[in-house]
This record gives sequence, structure tokens and C-alpha cells, in this order.
Amino acid sequence: MSDYNFAYLDEQTKRMIRRAILKGIAIPGYQVPFASREMPMPYGWGTGGVQVTAACLTPDDTLKVIDQGADDTTNAVSIRKFFQRTAQVATTEKTGKASVIQTRHRIPEEPLREDQILVYQVPIPEPLRFLEPRETETRKMHALEEYGLMHVKLYEDIARHGHIATAYAYPVKVEGRYVMDPSPIPKFDNPKLESAAIQLFGAGREQRIYAIPPFTRVVSLDFEDHPFEASKAAHPCDLCGATHSYLDEVITDDAGGRMFVCSDTDYCTTRQEAGHRGRLSPQEDAA
Amino acid sequence: MTAPITPLLSVRDLRKTYGHRIGCADVGFDLYPGEVLGIVGESGSGKSTLLSCLAGHLEPDQGEVVFDTRADGPRDTRRMSEPERRMLGRTDWAFVHQHARDGLRMGVSAGGNVGERLMAVGARNYGNIRNEAIDWLGRVEIDETRVDDRPSAFSGGMQQRLQIARNLVTGPRLVFMDEPTGGLDVSVQARLLDLLRGLVRDMGLSAIIVTHDLAVVRLLAHRLMVMKSGHVVEHGLTDQVLDDPQHSYTQLLVSSILQV
Repeated sequence: MSDYNFAYLDEQTKRMIRRAILKGIAIPGYQVPFASREMPMPYGWGTGGVQVTAACLTPDDTLKVIDQGADDTTNAVSIRKFFQRTAQVATTEKTGKASVIQTRHRIPEEPLREDQILVYQVPIPEPLRFLEPRETETRKMHALEEYGLMHVKLYEDIARHGHIATAYAYPVKVEGRYVMDPSPIPKFDNPKLESAAIQLFGAGREQRIYAIPPFTRVVSLDFEDHPFEASKAAHPCDLCGATHSYLDEVITDDAGGRMFVCSDTDYCTTRQEAGHRGRLSPQEDAA
Repeated sequence: MTAPITPLLSVRDLRKTYGHRIGCADVGFDLYPGEVLGIVGESGSGKSTLLSCLAGHLEPDQGEVVFDTRADGPRDTRRMSEPERRMLGRTDWAFVHQHARDGLRMGVSAGGNVGERLMAVGARNYGNIRNEAIDWLGRVEIDETRVDDRPSAFSGGMQQRLQIARNLVTGPRLVFMDEPTGGLDVSVQARLLDLLRGLVRDMGLSAIIVTHDLAVVRLLAHRLMVMKSGHVVEHGLTDQVLDDPQHSYTQLLVSSILQV
């Protein structure tokens, strides 16, 4: 028996967060303020996501935590352990078996289902922040749908680089109304924001929660003559040979050696178990 | 007989106080299409307060500011909803600040600065926005090669001209200018005034120019309002007011000009 209340937060706090989540789902893409609590981890480690996850978890849930697509990095491991200890929920690394998935900077490659919840950790929820520093002004811009400034950012990209160089945290318009920062996921993942699962976004330091309900229309902003493009490295995965997954570039030596591997470790492992091989796969049964 | 022309902007009994202190009071005038009105007065005479009230940046305590909108004819801007007023501020109105830094986005290239108002009213074609921006840079005598430079790399005069281009790109009908030549040296001032005069005439703009520099209004304004302590003390055709000032304050103002 743990001395913690189920999922660390007290029941009143969880109710408060659930109310914010419900409001967020009712107004897709709108940033709902909530009274973010101090969590036993530093800001920037996913305090917002952890609070949303804590408010969503039930004892029957199966939790998966990923960090940049990987199940085995520090951030993912420590948050998974946190909920194992404070909520005693089952955990998994399989996307298909999880009912709640907390993620940092990626959407799993495997399409999500209607009975799943995807929780994002968000560092800066305000898409207009670096264009307009005043919070009073950005709120007014959201309220009045004054989003011309967002295109100024994309204009600057094209003017400077010849194409839209924003590669992550690519702004989207949700259900034709609110412009939203999809947290720093690569723009490759933007099309996956139109999903069957509930998607919840928690920003702990900035005290905001927002949401995309299932099957909501999510459009990436662009220009008519410079349309949005979900880009990725032009390679297959070197371990599983997948050509349609998002890849990490790994430097392997100091002589220019590099390999590209799926950033979604579960996706890659599942494919390797199914017999897919890439350029650098270990040569078993060499004959 | 032709039908009487509707004034573009009609101000009645406008009053703004800061506590017990009067910002401006009992101000009323009509501005007709294509007309340039100069407002002069010393520092603290309430001319900037008046301009802010007219442009909707400050909420006046009483009075009405009726603007002849394209869609619905004359409407009191004080009674408009905020989205309507802000839309007006992006389309039919323009505001040129004294300090170009207040009116520009310093971290955004010249082209982006000019294009912002276009994108704010729904332009979504990069090529068109850029061409329009380059066209406008040309009109305010900024070289096309500077289109991707940030305003921080521009001289003071260029920044001011860029601010004017950024404001005029959506083809506004009424331009508010707050000391547009303040802080510029005389040769740059002359060039800017020349440019403004050309633009106002070519585009048929109406403008309200607040300044303490009588030479500026002599060049640009058709009519002149002289303000002192929040009140309008004299009002008339520019040449008439400057050549034959009636009020003692205007006489003082005109005789204070330094002769070279």
C-alpha cells in the first residue's frame, strides 16, 4: 500500500483539472487556464502532462510513456516509474495495449483508437508568444480570431530560407477556429493530429490545458504557393527498413558515419520482430 | 445642385479628462474626403490625447466620432464593437507613430512588416504578398534589395518611410499621423514630407497630422486647428491661420518660429 493518494494528486485537484479538460474538449484548441500544482519534478520535465495524466488515470488503465518516441529515455522512464509507484497502474511499451499514453514531442506511428487518450507535455502553449510578447494582447487576438501575425512568421521563414523552415511546433488551426501550438512535435506528425483518440495538452509552468477531441479537423497553416509538407529524413530506417516512419539521425563514429533509426522505438521493435530488416541490422544466421 | 458631400470623419463635443486634469475638451470638426487637417500646439496641449481618442486608442469620456464606413455609412466608432473597431484599424485607418519603433515589428523583415496588414485581412499567397511589399517599398523609395533586411538595419528616415508603407498597403482612407517627422534631421524631413505630399495626393487620402512643427502643416495641411490647454483656440485654412493669426496664442506660436 502506498502512502500517496491514487495518482499522487488529491481528489479535489484532480476534479479541478478534469473540469479544465472538459472545457478544453468543449472548445477545441482553446487554452484553458488551470491552477497548476507543484509536482515532484522540475518544470520542463512534463509537469503539465503528468497532472493531466494523473487526472485521467483509473486503476484499470494501462499507461505508456514516451519521450521523443522512445520508451527507454530518462524522462519516459522516470514518469512511468512515478505512476507505477503512486497509482500502481499497469504499464506497457506497446502502443496498441495502452489506454493512456503520455508523450513528449512525438505521436506514435501506430494509428490510435477511440478508446485511447494521448497526453502531450507542452513547454509553451501560446503559438503567438514569440511574435507578440503581451499575454493580454495574444488573448485578445485569439478571442477576435486575429491570426494574420501567425502567417508573418511563415512569411519570414520563406523570405529567409526559401521554404517554410519551421520543422516542429508547426502551428495548426483547430476546427476552423483557434490557432494552436501542437507542442514541439515534428511537422511530420501534424497530419496525425486528426485522430480517433482524445488528445490532451498540459502546460504546467504556463498553467494551460487544451485539447483536440476525436475526429476534429486540424489544418496546418500555409500559403497557397507554399503548401504545408510533412517532411522527414529521406532514408529508410536502418534497423527495420521502414520508409514511412519519422527517423532520428544517430552519429556512429567521428568519421562521418551515421545511421537513421525510427524515433518510435516500439514501432521499430515490432517491425523487427515481424522479420523486417534494415541496412545495419545484425546479421543473424549468416550463411 | 450636387448632393452635399458626407464628411469622412465628423467629431462632436469630444472630451477626455485624466482625473481633474483636462486632456482635451469641446473638440468638434468635420473632415471631408481628400482633406488634410493639421493639429498644432505646444507640448501638453492635448493634441496627442485628441489623436488617440479619434483613433480609438483611448476611450473618450464623452462626445462622438462618426466615421463614414464603406459598408454601412456614417457610424459612431465609440459605439462599434471592439472587433469592428480593430478591423477598421487594420483596413480603412492607418496610424503613423512618431517613433517608427512603436509602429514596426523590429524582429521581422521589411517585407514581413509591409505584408502583415495584407495577411491580417486574409492574403494567403506568398508571391503576391511579396510583390505587393516590394512595390510599396519602391513607392516609399526603399531599394528592393532591402526587402529581407530587418528595420533595425535601417536608418531613422528609412524606418519612418517603412512604417508609412506598412500602413498604406491596405489602401486606407484615413491616416492618423503623430509627429511623423519628429526626430529626423531637416534634409530627411524634407524628403519625407515630399513623399507624404505625393502619396496623399495620389491616393486621395484624408489625414489628420499632429505636430508642433508649423512648417510641416504649412506644406501638408489644408486646414489647421490650434490647441492650447486641451481646447481648440483657433480653426481655419492653414494659410489664413498662419498668415493672419487671430488668437494671442497663435500669434505667439507663429512669431516663435526661428528664422534662418
